[in-house]
Amino acid sequence: MKREIPILITLIAGLFCLIGFFVPHPWVRNGYEDIQNWALILVGLTYVLGVANLLRVNLKGVTERQRDWVYKLALVVSLVAMMGIGFSEGDKYLDTTSKFSWMYRNFYSPMSATMFALLAFFIASAAFRAFRIRSTEALLLAIAAFVLMIGRVPVGNMISHYVPDLADWLMEVPQNAAKRGILIGAALGVMATGIRLILGIEKTYGSGGDGGAS
Amino acid sequence: MLARAVATALLFLAAAAPRAASAFPLLAADTPNDGGQSVSLTWTLPATPPAQWTIVRRELPDGAFAPVATIDGTDNSYQDSGDGLKDGARYEYVLTAVPDDPALRSEVSAAVSPSPDWFDMTKQNVAVVLALFFIVLFVYIEQARRGMKWNFRRIPGLDAIEEAIGRATEMGKGVLYVPGVQDIDDIQTIASMILLGQVARTAAKYETPLQVPTNSPAVYTVAEEVVKAGYQDVGRADAYRAEQVRYITSEQFAYVAAVNGTMLRDKPAANLFLGAFFAESLLLAETGHSIGAIQIAGTANVHQMPFFVVACDYTLIGEEYYAASALLSGDSMLLGSLKSSDTVKIVLIIVVVVGCILASAGFTQFGDWWSTTQ
Repeated sequence: MKREIPILITLIAGLFCLIGFFVPHPWVRNGYEDIQNWALILVGLTYVLGVANLLRVNLKGVTERQRDWVYKLALVVSLVAMMGIGFSEGDKYLDTTSKFSWMYRNFYSPMSATMFALLAFFIASAAFRAFRIRSTEALLLAIAAFVLMIGRVPVGNMISHYVPDLADWLMEVPQNAAKRGILIGAALGVMATGIRLILGIEKTYGSGGDGGAS
Repeated sequence: MLARAVATALLFLAAAAPRAASAFPLLAADTPNDGGQSVSLTWTLPATPPAQWTIVRRELPDGAFAPVATIDGTDNSYQDSGDGLKDGARYEYVLTAVPDDPALRSEVSAAVSPSPDWFDMTKQNVAVVLALFFIVLFVYIEQARRGMKWNFRRIPGLDAIEEAIGRATEMGKGVLYVPGVQDIDDIQTIASMILLGQVARTAAKYETPLQVPTNSPAVYTVAEEVVKAGYQDVGRADAYRAEQVRYITSEQFAYVAAVNGTMLRDKPAANLFLGAFFAESLLLAETGHSIGAIQIAGTANVHQMPFFVVACDYTLIGEEYYAASALLSGDSMLLGSLKSSDTVKIVLIIVVVVGCILASAGFTQFGDWWSTTQ
């Protein structure tokens, strides 16, 4: 039963949403929207479980003085401080003058921007490896990348007006063709996965599944 | 206030007045493919349109005309979905100019009754493909039940998943499974949870530590159940630890910082990035590369694929990612669904080629019918 009931709920909710996509009549559409609202409520409730898990795992690490327990302590203190200040400001916590917003802008945002800025260095290191020519495909990739980079800067146009044209052609024809091929395949994959789940054919995600990467 | 009352009175008088000689027709019809309570109005713009139009409506048989909206004078259509519009009731409309001009006044429209529709005809192309998919799927499932086997090309990235877990076992290190940064309502995350079940079984069987940091509490709750179930399936429920599946944060780069920190501290032997990824893809994959982990990625986000291809050892691209669970399980019913996906793909390729030929010959109706942006 532990296995059949979730599959049955998935089947009913899935079929209803599938029908709701095609039927605008309120008799169906209202139920469709209710299911979506219920999903939102459920997701909202999971935040309680998520925060409980976060506190449990990290407080355990702090009390047992596990490796890097100081980081865990910093996380718990930050979490409690942000939550406490947010709750103390009631529904004003998102105002630009609130303490919560000040902390978000001055603590979280710079740290987040720093993480994002690392991407520039990672792109450089990844590009260095990607453009090492070790096969015919890598050669084609390197040529295409070279043309594209030169074609996107003024020096490309100075060399010849054909360079930016070639760069545009690479983006609009071969790149687009490959991208659309991948997108069509992925869309069919989405459809197949959705139908497998709705019809209960996909059982490998729950207990008792007969699949396995073995 | 007085001016508004006078203007309203003028509108009523205008609507009730005998039809002016220059009145133009106003077409009113039930809005198609909708959930009801909506009427669509269209008219032909006069040579000199007014500054604004006022839409005036009355409910038959004995309702009084009242303004429902004022719109720009250059508009030639309006969809009335205003308050008070009831399905099944009959309405008449009149269009009057602002400022009032008897020469710019429409005829009273024919009576119209809004009603909800049972099928959105703009989605009939999607319905056809879906119906085809279902039919083909049931045919292949039936064939699978009769014992038919199909051959699919090997996907190196899938074969590498078990290899990666085995490598981690040999090295006495763990496996890090990152299910992307989207919530559980994203189909890529759902596909990731399916794969996680299979990875958890293999990891439990080999007694390899598995860590699953999540960035959504909903994903965390599902992942926890999936991993627990995976351990139970191979009789290793006792080996499951609550710390294995963790909720980190829903903030994108804070999540990246936490996962990268885990990688650098714990140095897992295998990193599996399976799900929906955005700007964090390269941050994660390059950090994983720097610690020498074998890395397998799978995503349907086209813009992140190049990053994974460059930084990971194996990448499941688009449909390979969605096919992974079926191919890993080897279940004939699931493989039947893959076969149906391939069959529909062939049909769609034929449709694309035929559409291109017809469009090139000047016949665009076929291509237009397949458009989903109507």
